[in-house]
Amino acid sequence: MSTAREGNVDGGGMPHPEPRADDPDAVLRDGRRLDHAEGASKPLRLASDPRPEPQPRGARVHGDRPIDQAEAAARFIAAPEHEKMHDERLWDLRQKRDREMHGIPEWEELRSLASAIKEHTLSHLDKYLDQFEANARSNGIHVHWARDAAEHNQIVHAILRDHGATSVIKSKSMLTEECGFRPYMASVGVEVIETDLGERIQQLDNEDPSHVVVPAVHKLRTDVARVFSRTIGTDPGDSDVHYLAEAQRDATRPLILKADAGMTGCNFAVAETGTFVVCTNEGNADLSANVPKLHIASIGIEKIIPRLEHLAVFIRLLSRSALGSPITQYTSHFRGPRRGGEMHVVLVDNGRSERLGMEEFWTSLKCIRCGACMNTCPVYRRSGGLSYGATYSGPIGLIIDPTFNAHKYSNLPFASTLNGSCSDVCPVKINIHEQIYAWRRVLVERHEAPLAKRAAMKAAGALLSRPAAYRAAIAAANIALAHLPRFVIYNRLNAWGKHRELPHPPKQTFHSWHQANRGAKQ
Amino acid sequence: MSSRDDILASIRANLPRVDRRLPFVPAFDDEPPASLLDAFKVTLHRMGGIFLDPTAAGDIRAKIASANVVCSVVPEIPGTRDIAAIDAPRDLADVDFAIVRASFAVAETGSVLLSETDLRVNAVAYLAQHLIVLLDHTDIVLNLHHAYRRPEFRDGHYACFHTGPSATADIEGVLIHGAQGVRSLSILPMARSAGDQTH
Repeated sequence: MSTAREGNVDGGGMPHPEPRADDPDAVLRDGRRLDHAEGASKPLRLASDPRPEPQPRGARVHGDRPIDQAEAAARFIAAPEHEKMHDERLWDLRQKRDREMHGIPEWEELRSLASAIKEHTLSHLDKYLDQFEANARSNGIHVHWARDAAEHNQIVHAILRDHGATSVIKSKSMLTEECGFRPYMASVGVEVIETDLGERIQQLDNEDPSHVVVPAVHKLRTDVARVFSRTIGTDPGDSDVHYLAEAQRDATRPLILKADAGMTGCNFAVAETGTFVVCTNEGNADLSANVPKLHIASIGIEKIIPRLEHLAVFIRLLSRSALGSPITQYTSHFRGPRRGGEMHVVLVDNGRSERLGMEEFWTSLKCIRCGACMNTCPVYRRSGGLSYGATYSGPIGLIIDPTFNAHKYSNLPFASTLNGSCSDVCPVKINIHEQIYAWRRVLVERHEAPLAKRAAMKAAGALLSRPAAYRAAIAAANIALAHLPRFVIYNRLNAWGKHRELPHPPKQTFHSWHQANRGAKQ
Repeated sequence: MSSRDDILASIRANLPRVDRRLPFVPAFDDEPPASLLDAFKVTLHRMGGIFLDPTAAGDIRAKIASANVVCSVVPEIPGTRDIAAIDAPRDLADVDFAIVRASFAVAETGSVLLSETDLRVNAVAYLAQHLIVLLDHTDIVLNLHHAYRRPEFRDGHYACFHTGPSATADIEGVLIHGAQGVRSLSILPMARSAGDQTH
């Protein structure tokens, strides 16, 4: 088997040598390090600093004003311990994904199938939603429809009120994040308890998830120790990960047992059977669904797939792409309420049907939220998910977020090198980097591009359309670069002068060299 | 208009004008491993599960015998908590060992399927500290394509693939077994009794 070890031998940008058997954090089985679920394939621990580095916070959000991703990213980069762990941890997930990919000869065929199934379903979405609803109802599931986030929250609130429910345990759902579900429930006096460890950490720290699969990946263990000491009473000086996880288990268990209702999201909804499927590693969706009598699932309308045979394709791709694990620890299939229980699903549009009509962007609805594009993205790995100031971060976020608010998220499509790695790893073959590029054009056309970029593009456009002016400008720029004082070149108006030295100007441009050497001979 | 009608109307107005046929999904079973059981064991161990060889079965029986609360849903091994007498799932919160039988297993992923019929009370497989799953070695299918042809997904209301124990590595990638659910999952190979014709 090809392992991550090989990746280390040829460098791969990872500073760690062979995995150490003496890593105190490792779980060994048959003498080998276990790295299933989102477990790291090698030791990542940093030198423990007696004074832990404070956690950099995410983007500053001012109402509807454009998010300054670069500003938040700069603060993340300025916290080297956080940046290094984040970068290495996500790159490790990417390498684990590659290992799994090489283990399955039909990998590329599965990707093509997944893409084709999704494109077929999305272009017949009305029919399959109708079929899902009819089958779910005949299995005894109550089906609700929500046009937007507000309606979703009101529907769930109404169901809870009917049952006199005041506490809800829930598993992770990006859709409920999108809907601002927790703040809404807090405003109406319903207690919501996240049961995924990473999501619970983020809830207790009053911070959004920074990644669709590993919500607290931007935090170090010392950050978690600080949050838990403040909220669930752990020893502030003890940042042992096993201790922290156990303390959280002990603190959450009583809340799970006394909760009035459970909520889950949905990874896939199967039209032919009315089944919805939830994938977790912690088994927390199964606790949320199976302990309280009432189970409510929030389902984005794009989660539909036609048949059970299609589910096999997606389950084989999801966890391998996300975490480099053959499958999540739990893959739960809900087809109807259990005896004595009650089950509701809320089918949520919230902009999806409109996105379906966007010729260049509708295929973003194929996304299965695996996070592979985030794990591979050099910008995401270095800047942290919270720098995007939006529900969806990383490459997929760049093309989804502007559909919610093109003004507020107008900077995001520029947070990419367009290297295309996101498209290469996408299990459903979304042309992510091409859509990022297309969004830049759309935003410029809508005059939503950042002012400095607009001014620069306009000047460049004028210059590039006139050869003589271009040559004069290049000659002048080369002279200028060689002679201008540093403060003129490296200032805040010139983004190309940030964090890098500009190249030494050539003594002669190609054009003038050609004139002197070849031009004369003709 | 109702929200349902609104959403469906909006979808119809926006449907991409493309012709995409539903593809045929093969079973990818041209080159099966020599032994499904061996393939299952390898992946199960990678996923943090434990396969109890017949030699280890005695140890686990001793552990079960010394445990405080054992909830068995199978006739082969007796327990101390009668699942039939459980009123509410939370009454299972103090269970040390739960013992159930899998509907079937998947060699590709090292998974076992536990359905509502297997569990009787679904929560027993999540609230217990440790889970022991009996498996008949003839109940192993090659991969997920074969798994999803099984009747459990069409007949029942609940079925879940368990692949190893409850796990997390949400903090710095450090792997933890027993995040919220069971701390361990052990597979005990045991043939179905002649009378057990449910599958």
